[in-house]
Amino acid sequence: MSGVRVLVGTRKGAFILTSDEKREEWEVSEPHFAGWEMYHIKGSPVNPNRLYASQSSLWFGQMIQRSDDGGKTWEAVGNEFVYDGDPGTHQFYDGTQHPWEFKRVWHLEPSLTDADTVYAGVEDAAIFRSTDGGKTWGELPGLRAAKGHLWQPGAGGMCLHTIILDPVNPERIFVAISAAGAFRSDDSGETWKPINRGLKSEYIPEAEAEVGHCVHRISLHPTRPNTLFMQKHWDIMRSDDAGELWHEVSGNLPSDFGFPIAVHAHEPETVYVVPIKSDSEHFPPEGKLRVYRSRTGGNEWEALTNGLPQSDCYVNVLREAMAVDTLESCGIYFGTTGGQVYASSDSGDNWTAIVRDLPAVLSVEVQVLP
Amino acid sequence: MIVVALPFHLQTLAKVEGDVELYLEGAVTLGAALDALEARYPVLRGAIRDHVTLKRRPFIRFFACGLDMSHEPAETLLPEEVVSGEEVFMVVGAIAGG
Repeated sequence: MSGVRVLVGTRKGAFILTSDEKREEWEVSEPHFAGWEMYHIKGSPVNPNRLYASQSSLWFGQMIQRSDDGGKTWEAVGNEFVYDGDPGTHQFYDGTQHPWEFKRVWHLEPSLTDADTVYAGVEDAAIFRSTDGGKTWGELPGLRAAKGHLWQPGAGGMCLHTIILDPVNPERIFVAISAAGAFRSDDSGETWKPINRGLKSEYIPEAEAEVGHCVHRISLHPTRPNTLFMQKHWDIMRSDDAGELWHEVSGNLPSDFGFPIAVHAHEPETVYVVPIKSDSEHFPPEGKLRVYRSRTGGNEWEALTNGLPQSDCYVNVLREAMAVDTLESCGIYFGTTGGQVYASSDSGDNWTAIVRDLPAVLSVEVQVLP
Repeated sequence: MIVVALPFHLQTLAKVEGDVELYLEGAVTLGAALDALEARYPVLRGAIRDHVTLKRRPFIRFFACGLDMSHEPAETLLPEEVVSGEEVFMVVGAIAGG
């Protein structure tokens, strides 16, 4: 029988939730790395018991933890993230140029083919790669050459939060940065280009600029890697040519602002978002926590509410905090800043809180175990 | 031999409980003490000082004998009482953040 393991990063530690394939009864681990901000934990597709975790603290900086037994034990590995050469400067809030400064790792993306290779998306925005299981890290500096001097931080910092390794074309990598935009490499990370044509952001001086868009999240279905779905600061966007051109598919959503976006494991045209009220409120419209599902690849959206609070709910769902499993009846998971992790084992029709009172959830990943 | 007190989270990282003892050769400076600490517990590299610049992280403080040595240069000699092991050299996580 298969098992399911949900890896939850929070403001005050990491938690591992486990269940069998029915996904009805859940065990919640004791906190791992209690007191630390756990931005992201993700397992290797090659070896599911190899986990990588980003552990950070304003006091003590960045740690990378690695487990080879599914999170029972951990080993601190390399935490030296040094930009390649002189990283120069980027735009700052006050319009001046500001030196690149490493702050933390937002996202860890293990290789699809090698358990010892893992990518890290960091703030200030850059992508690093380790080929020795996280012991040493080297930057892929070609990304910053893609007009990095024009990037500037959003309210959450200038973070590289999304890394997608193309499952069909091993040389293709997608990344997204707040507030710079989306970028693509077709040569394993050596060179990069902005892929933001079609994005319109009225809150920047040039609404259709090549860079400067506040992309919150990108997702794709592994069988259709040229079709990308994006939750932008405002607007749900879609590209069918690997990001060369985007068009809006926000349709009938009550708010097209939000953070996460996910694609169903078996239905490439089924997409999930969590509309959030903005500017600045950052809680669900009308106090109703609703996941919206489109089964048409966007534009037509239905509210999924069964089991979710429909009054007095003012939590947020952050960009890393939604994931899908690959069981036959696709499971959808998301965590809130109120500490709940909700799960649906039927593609979103019905939801239940599998844990209710964690610290604010930063990230959710899910693994199906043999 | 000097005795170093670490904050809770750094004790956890280093997998130690309580104070740690370090043996230094030559001048017992602030920088030498931190070098010895990181040499014995490599996991602490980057957690107290920046990897490259060796600048103290902003919310880390160094106290000894009632003195705040946080802003002293690396070549500053630690107090005699610390060098003799009578007093503890304290690495402190600043009380900050609300």
